[in-house]
Amino acid sequence: MKLRLRVWRQKNADAPGAMVTYEVDGISRDMSFLEMLDTLNEELILRGEEPVAFDHDCREGICGACSLVINGDAHGPERTTTCQLHMRSFEDGDTIDVEPWRASAFPVVKDLVVDRSAFDRIIQAGGYISVPTGSAPEAHATPVPKADADAAFEHAECIGCGACVAACPNGSAMLFTSAKINHLNVLPQGGPERETRVLDMVAAMDEEGFGGCTLTGECATACPKGIPLPSITTMNREWLRATRKVKR
Amino acid sequence: MTRTLWGSTVGKKTVMAVTGLIMLGYLVVHMLGNLKIFFGSDEFNGYAHWLRTLGEPFLHYEWALWIVRVVLLAAVVLHGVSAYQLSRRDIRARPSKYVHKRRRASYATRTMRWGGIILGLFIVWHLLDLTTLTVNENAQPGRPYENVVATFSTPYGNAVYLTAMLALGLHIRHGFWSAAQTLGAGSVRRDRALKTAANGLALVLTVGFISVPVAVMTGVVS
Ligand code: HEM
Ligand code: SF4
Ligand code: FES
Repeated sequence: MKLRLRVWRQKNADAPGAMVTYEVDGISRDMSFLEMLDTLNEELILRGEEPVAFDHDCREGICGACSLVINGDAHGPERTTTCQLHMRSFEDGDTIDVEPWRASAFPVVKDLVVDRSAFDRIIQAGGYISVPTGSAPEAHATPVPKADADAAFEHAECIGCGACVAACPNGSAMLFTSAKINHLNVLPQGGPERETRVLDMVAAMDEEGFGGCTLTGECATACPKGIPLPSITTMNREWLRATRKVKR
Repeated sequence: MTRTLWGSTVGKKTVMAVTGLIMLGYLVVHMLGNLKIFFGSDEFNGYAHWLRTLGEPFLHYEWALWIVRVVLLAAVVLHGVSAYQLSRRDIRARPSKYVHKRRRASYATRTMRWGGIILGLFIVWHLLDLTTLTVNENAQPGRPYENVVATFSTPYGNAVYLTAMLALGLHIRHGFWSAAQTLGAGSVRRDRALKTAANGLALVLTVGFISVPVAVMTGVVS
């Protein structure tokens, strides 16, 4: 395949950026999107140019590092991560626009790499449970109903990639935050911090400068792990419940 | 950290949802009351007078009306202020747009802000027109039936009103369903029902409100 790429190039956080056009040839339909970019970068290095910086790690759809907006869609046209997107989703001769996640809470570090440490700080605010120290507890000491275990697992699937923020017209992190809160709040292990978790994590989310939710639903459409939009509703319910219960 | 109702985005959205639902409840009653115009001048004007005597003798003349007005004023101000503050925040959170544009979200969802502004301006005009009668040239106090007919006998009166009611329908279509999510009442199982209710409410209110100017325009009410 022969493709025309238009890629966002930006030297550093303070430099202005722009879309730069590149031609790549000899792309196999079985390559992943990142392998296609590797091909481009090899050529750039041979030509003595600066390669395109982009985030990636596991390349198997589980770490959440890869993060590209492809033709206006976070993670591109398929419902998967950028690393698991294959070039067969495109046609020979296509022009493909590649841009970084856009949100003021995710500033561009370089080219297509953005700083997502705001997510870490949201997790730090309450995305944990208190555990007793000592030897591992007996596995059946705390029974968990099947439905709750399923709900927890559904939310635990979130890999923290930030596609939800990138897709949201308000740069809102509600889907990510709701996945992290719901994951722990439905489990008995998460019980002791149930109220403070939701209050603190929502407060941390606001403090990072993410936007609010207008229930547009773009986040859930973009999410490679299928975290559903009603997760936000559940988080709102938890927040209102906690507000009634906790004295400030 | 901001964990308060007004300080949190989730809390402020709750304020929007509750005030929106208060206004929605009022609008349903208001629309049904308006339909009395189809029973003629005496009945409509009598109804308007009865509204002022509502709650008597426990309440003094017009007190019930003033209580409703105060609640609605508080609701519209809180709703507008939180809409403004949340919108400002949303725009700041996403300063740069993508170069590659694609269509996003439904029409009702995308028009919440502009639709809200239209509704806000309409509320001011509507009060000046039919409550204070300031901008209604042929108005007479205490004769609401005749004043309504006067308003809808002017092209601009009809244009303003029809635009606002279409905006209202769209606003409620997304707003009612949204409010359910904000208040934590939505769920996967209830989603279809909530969306149907939102569409139904939007349609009934828009058609109900619009039937009055249409009736005046076509001479059914004169
Ligand atoms: C003063 C004029 C108004 C303005 C500026 C305004 C603006 C807005 C905005 C910006 C939103 C949020 C939209 C979003 O989430 O994308 C909203 C939501 C809403 N509005 Fe209004 N609006 C106004 C009047 C009304 C009226 C008259 C009603 C009564 C039916 C109403 C009912 C609602 C409801 C129920 C919501 C949903 C709240 C939620 O999402 O939780 N609004 N409004
Ligand atoms: S909710 Fe989905 S899109 Fe958002 S960070 Fe988690 S996995 Fe990524
Ligand atoms: S590189 Fe790990 S999810 Fe894509």
